[in-house]
Amino acid sequence: MKIPVTLHFSHALRGLAHAGVLVLSGLFGLSVLGGAQAARAQAPPAEVRIGMLYPLTGAAASSGAEIRNALELAADIINNGAPGLPGLPFAGGGGLPGLKGARIRLVFADHQGSPQVGATEAERLITHDKVVALQGAYFSNVTATASMVAERYKVPFLNAESSSASLTRRRFRWFFRTTPHDEQFVRDQFEFLRELGARKGIDASRIATFNENTLWGNETTRLQGRLIPENGHVLARQLTYPARSTQLTSEVQALKAATPAVVMQSSYLGDALLAMKTYKELGFLPQMILANNAGFTDTEFIRTLGRDADFVITREVWALDLARGNALIRQADALFQQRFQAHFNGNSARAFTGLMVLADAIDRAGSTEPEAIRRALVATDIPGSRLIMPWQGVKFDETGQNVLGRGILVQIVDGRYQTVWPFDLATREVVWPMPRWDQRK
Amino acid sequence: MTFDILLQALASGVLIGLIYALVAIGLTMIFGVMDIVNFAHGEFLMLGMYGSFWGFALFHLDPLLTLPLTALMLFALGVLLYRLLIVRIVDAPMVSQIFTTFGLMLLLRGLAQFFWKPDFRSIENSFVAGSVQWGGLHLGKPQLLAGAGAVVVTGLVYWFLHRTRLGVALEATAADKEAARLMGIDSHRMFALAWGIAAACAGVAGVLLSTFFPIFPEVGASFILIAFVVVNLGGFGSVAGAFWAGILVGVIEVMGGLLVGPEYKLAIVLVLFLGVLMWRPRGLMGKA
Repeated sequence: MKIPVTLHFSHALRGLAHAGVLVLSGLFGLSVLGGAQAARAQAPPAEVRIGMLYPLTGAAASSGAEIRNALELAADIINNGAPGLPGLPFAGGGGLPGLKGARIRLVFADHQGSPQVGATEAERLITHDKVVALQGAYFSNVTATASMVAERYKVPFLNAESSSASLTRRRFRWFFRTTPHDEQFVRDQFEFLRELGARKGIDASRIATFNENTLWGNETTRLQGRLIPENGHVLARQLTYPARSTQLTSEVQALKAATPAVVMQSSYLGDALLAMKTYKELGFLPQMILANNAGFTDTEFIRTLGRDADFVITREVWALDLARGNALIRQADALFQQRFQAHFNGNSARAFTGLMVLADAIDRAGSTEPEAIRRALVATDIPGSRLIMPWQGVKFDETGQNVLGRGILVQIVDGRYQTVWPFDLATREVVWPMPRWDQRK
Repeated sequence: MTFDILLQALASGVLIGLIYALVAIGLTMIFGVMDIVNFAHGEFLMLGMYGSFWGFALFHLDPLLTLPLTALMLFALGVLLYRLLIVRIVDAPMVSQIFTTFGLMLLLRGLAQFFWKPDFRSIENSFVAGSVQWGGLHLGKPQLLAGAGAVVVTGLVYWFLHRTRLGVALEATAADKEAARLMGIDSHRMFALAWGIAAACAGVAGVLLSTFFPIFPEVGASFILIAFVVVNLGGFGSVAGAFWAGILVGVIEVMGGLLVGPEYKLAIVLVLFLGVLMWRPRGLMGKA
């Protein structure tokens, strides 16, 4: 069919006119926005939004809930002050002084313990909620994926609790970790065994490792496999098991057959409980269970097992009895206790500290520009006296790892976690060997 | 690897396998009777555990005492869920059915966490605590009782299905819904009954587990995958199949874990499962 040329031409002309109007209005709109943007860049924002990516549902929800409480307390202190705790950063309240009193607003996102959900939630926090920084995510595997998203979007990501060493080996520019990592914790455990051997003359030569098999457990297994012979011990057996097993009978039997003096175990809460119950059911107990935090230091561990939890030694990042020698820890814990009827623990204390470190950096940056915050994080230098952690301070190396952190070892005695190492911070002597099941009252 | 250790693994495998069987029986019944895969089945287990826990925590009643009541409550819940929700999707496309039961699973888990918090609970000092030593074997008393309970309940269900009029009516509905209807059997009543029994079975499994397994909102997830394997292995719709398959899976899991390595225990179960299906797609005792 022939289209009249004149008709065609006037169509085109109309199209051009429409396009022209669109472009002009677009340019006008952009200029208005740009002007507003420029105006906004000059005045600091009234609130600073920080994304909090944690497991609020799923198997680790109880840890997520504890962490959430700690973060809300920290934000409250920054915004409204903590009268009577002058030692804490921002105790004067009134928001961030470097941003003219801008208040911290936490935007929580639940990653449900899944690395995929963690990544999508991180993206949503950055693109939709427009957070200036992210903190999270407890599980090492979720932190791994979520921080990749942050690195892509060039948003600072502060990690306060994930201990997998590989997270900082990636040498990301935007990833910062305040907590010491597994390699350091595991080395600590061997130093402990060495010092204990010298002190008490015990023989801890046969060591078996018993770890769950996600990123965290597998890395710990590899590391322990290397360090055990390096430190002169015999590797009796290396066991890994699928996390959230319905039964651990074959595993415990394999351990029994290996006759270790020490079992080094890494389990999250459900498996830790099941393992301890299976130990008792099958009548197995080594001379020392040297656990790797996580499930063993969850508030539910002692609550569920009662006296059956006694004498387990676990690495910890924090202990309540540190308050005996540290007034700041004592006061901060009292505040937490008052608000949530529970004490701080390793997770909540580290999360609290993480937010304080982030707030300190944003404050020093004096701006919410990501690069400014990043540079401020790089320059972080907080002394140990301003922290509620047993650390020498917070200072990041070129991989984003805090080099002044330190772990401790606690033993459960009389239903409480008691610091037993480093010996200069210890509040009691190590109980060795663990009394057998039938020897306990 | 002494004989003692192998025997212990066998015993432990049978005991956990009986639990798997009990969970799977309800699942296979629902599928056999109405061709619906119930993704929320693990949550019946979870609710049974919580029922047992609250009876213990609030009224200091041992789980074994509250077991009949918990079973009845879960039976009622199963029937209620059928009448409120499942009845609408009985003739719906399979995708709708899957989404419905999957959504139900998420809802039940979410509600449990909302009302009862995500904390792990446990029941200590029940009637049955401690273990029995028989020769070189260590058998936990809770596990022994759970195994015995599973055998009893499976026997009851089997007897019901094959020896009572109502049970036979249920089997008839499973075999041919329309023909059964023509015989005067109300298929909706049968479906509700199936859901009630299935929920009760999983609930009883939960009560028995609660004497030694931690209780938390997500606990169903740990058992449901294995339950699906058991149902498939035993043959969809076969209660006896689910029973024997459950025991088989339990034994393979524990002994495989011991002989090959614990990190492979599920892999071994699944490989053998694939093997059986390739040789006999309808499962060990499934109807052709």
